[in-house]
Parts: sequence; C-alpha cells; structure tokens
Amino acid sequence: MIRSTVLAAAIGVLLSGCTQTPLRGTGDLGVVVERATGSVQIIESDTRTALSRIEGLGDLSHASVVYSRDQRYAYVFGRDGGLSKIDLLTQRIDHRVIQGGNAIGGAISQDGKLIAVSNYVPGGVKVFDARTLEQVADIPATPLADGSKRSRTVGLVDAPGQRFVFSLFDTGEIWVADFSQGNTPEITRYPGIGQQPYDALITPDGRYYMAGLFGEDGMAQLDLWHPERGVKRVLGDYGRGQEKLPVYKMPHLEGWAVADNQAFVPAVGRHQVLVMDARTWKQTAAIPVAGQPVFVTSRPDGRQLWVNFAYPDNDKVQVIDTETHQVVADLRPGPGVLHMEFTSRGDQLWLSVRDGDEVQVWDPYSLKPLSTLPATAPSGIFFSSRAQKMGY
Amino acid sequence: MSIYRHIVVLAALLLFCAISVASPDAQRQAKLEHLLVQDCGACHGLHMTGGLGPELTRTALAGKSRDSLIATVTHGRPGTAMPGWAPLLGPDDIGWLVDLLLQGYPAP
Repeated sequence: MIRSTVLAAAIGVLLSGCTQTPLRGTGDLGVVVERATGSVQIIESDTRTALSRIEGLGDLSHASVVYSRDQRYAYVFGRDGGLSKIDLLTQRIDHRVIQGGNAIGGAISQDGKLIAVSNYVPGGVKVFDARTLEQVADIPATPLADGSKRSRTVGLVDAPGQRFVFSLFDTGEIWVADFSQGNTPEITRYPGIGQQPYDALITPDGRYYMAGLFGEDGMAQLDLWHPERGVKRVLGDYGRGQEKLPVYKMPHLEGWAVADNQAFVPAVGRHQVLVMDARTWKQTAAIPVAGQPVFVTSRPDGRQLWVNFAYPDNDKVQVIDTETHQVVADLRPGPGVLHMEFTSRGDQLWLSVRDGDEVQVWDPYSLKPLSTLPATAPSGIFFSSRAQKMGY
Repeated sequence: MSIYRHIVVLAALLLFCAISVASPDAQRQAKLEHLLVQDCGACHGLHMTGGLGPELTRTALAGKSRDSLIATVTHGRPGTAMPGWAPLLGPDDIGWLVDLLLQGYPAP
C-alpha cells in the first residue's frame, strides 16, 4: 500500500517533469544542412541561435529540405537516397528510409500527404506517404537507348491540383504526375523539350514550370493553366550561347527572383544575371556580376537581389537593386558561400559559409552582419516558412 | 671522390626538381583535395559515387587510361556538363588529382 503510494507519487513527479517542456511553435525554426558530416542543425531565426544538432542522416551532398504543412516536420533528401523525417519539436528523427541509390531532391504535395523524391539511380520518381514514409507510387523514367539504365530525373516540384512536375535529364522530357484521383498517378509526358534539362522552377503562382537546358540555349516552359498547349521554348537567349564557357557549378533555378514584372536568372557560364520580362519571357537586360552566379535570391519585398557565385568567386556575394539594375553592395562573407535564405518577411538573410564553418545572419536592409553561428561545412539553409510556398 | 659527391648533389637536385614539378606541395595538395570533395563532389558526389556526373570511385575508373582522364579534366567533355579545368588548374594539379582518383578516393 505504502509502496504503491510512493510509486504513484514517483510517476506523478516524472509525468509533471515531462509536461514542463514549454509549449512552442515551429514557424520560426529552420534547418541548416552540414553536408560533410551528415547532420543538420535546427535553428531559430528570432534568437539567431542553434537549438540542436541531429546526426545520422547519411550523405548530404546536394541535400534539400521540404516541410510538412503544419511546419513541424522537415523532410531531408540526401544524395545517397536517404529520406529522413525530422521532428522539429522533439528534435529527433521521426522516420528514415533509404528509398533509392542516388537522389537529387524532392517535393511535398499540395495537400501535404505525399512526399516525392527525384532519383538519378534508379532514374525516376518515388512517392511516399508523408506520415509513415511508406512508398505509395513508383514512376520509373524512360530507359536510355542502350537499355543500361533509366534517365536521371531533375527539377522536381509540386504544382497545384495535387501534381508533381519533373524533367528527365538524359532523354529531354517533362513529365506531369497527377495524384488528384488517388495514389495511382495519371502521367502526362512531354518529349523533345530540349537537351539536358538540368534544373527547373515553378513560378510562385504555380502556373509556369520552366526547365533550364544545359545542352542548348533557351528554357522549356510548360503553362500549367494550359497543359494541352504543350511545352514551348522561351528565353531563346538563355544559356551558354555560341561560345561555350566552362561552367564550374550549375546555377540553381530554385528561388528564381521575380520582382516588378521582371524575372532575374543566373546566366549559365557567364558573369551575368539576366533580366527577363515576366510577361513576354524575353530578355531585357544583362547585369554584369563578379563571377558565375549560382543563386539569385530576391528579398521578399522584391527590391533587392542577393547573388552568390561558383568557384573561384565563391567568397563573394553581390546585392543588386532590381529597379536600377546596379550592384549596390560587394560583400565578402567568407570562403565558400553556398546558399542564402531570407526569413519569410525579409528581416534577416542567412547565408552558409562552407569553408569558414559558419552560418552568418545579415540585416538585408543595412547590409550589415548581425550574428555568426558555428556549423560544420554548412550548405543549404531552409526555414519552415517554406511549408506554405508552392514549389518549395 | 669529389666528382662522385658532385654527381650525388646534382642527382639530388635533379630529383628534387622532378618532384617539385611533378607533385604539388603539401599545402597545395590540401587545397586540391578540398576542391575534389567540395567542387568536383558537387556533381560527382562527396564520396565520388556519382550524381549528374559519373561515378569516380576506383572501381568505376578501373581500366581507364591516366592520359585520357587528364585530358577530360583539362579540356572538359563537349556535350556534357564537365568543364575544362585548364583555366583554374595547372598540369601538375590535374595529374595529382587524377592519380589520387586512380588510387581510390576517398581512401578505403
């Protein structure tokens, strides 16, 4: 009797201990990928601090992250085919599967129930239940002519209408996988869209899917309001042009900046940011910059762009005024600037300095650094606010 | 005796020159290894297991000639995303990187 009372009291103390964790939201959190060590740090933008490190995520070279719609879970896509679901609240790996041999990013469906992963090996897209990470669909890509393997898939995004859109690098196709009728997708294939689509984006309204072509100039555009019209070639000047300059890092199209009816894209191989009219998709200007641009990221208010560069100019960042097209700041954050991420309302800009082993937080209005956080060879930075944006 | 000594000194000098031409110094090697992992690795994978670019593990490179690999790194491969590195790397750098890959990188 006494024993059971003591036991009950002990359990009560333990339970109250558990419930003393203060309640909190996750809308202010994000993750920083530490690619060489297979870990991520959970960060909080308000306090500009790291909350914890999560290890055991495999090969995170070229890793990317999407978020559940409640912003609690981060889905991390690793190079080695690992798909990990991280709980930002408990700071633990909730689920983890090895879904392929060599992967290149993923997407979450419009309703938040499906996670799609784009694979190089085996070439194609696999789709998983966002809750359990059980596979619900497999979409193998077109086999190559010699039958040895299937085309690698790139540029996977979510699109309105419970669709995923992706490109086939080796066979030059765009595919739309429509999951609106259930987990057996209806696939629409657009062949012959151009040589070697290497990355793609979807405009913030979810209307235009645009794939950059490495093998030729121009971009392949699919208007998702009018998929029956097929894929068109736009931005004829976009690409490497006549003189094929060596490209030391493929530019990323994600985060394509659209401001004031202009679209700003990294040129391929040239030291330029290209400006397009976002209604006619014709080039209107080319802004000279300090190197081969990788990311061209717009401050959420659209007034300025932050640009980082490929090796050997990857210690630099330039800030461009979208109205005047002038470079307004030449920054030297440190060696190996890989990625930049704004908070959703644009009061902070976070950037990763891989070879400086740190993440820096900048005030994107005064253009002054605010804080520095240690991180091991950091690459991508992803805030949970991405949960509410199409194409992220 | 003194002639022998001269020959030995001369030979040592020649050997030193040959080594310094054929192989980047330790500091340069560290930079090149970093470049291999981080920048080559962007396409070929941090562990050289491939990505947009082909796998570069020892197994994958078995049977490939050193000269053709050096030519690929130096001039790139037209029609693919592989750039020529001659504008950024010297012949010694490229030779050293190719040898590193042929020996197997990352080291088993």
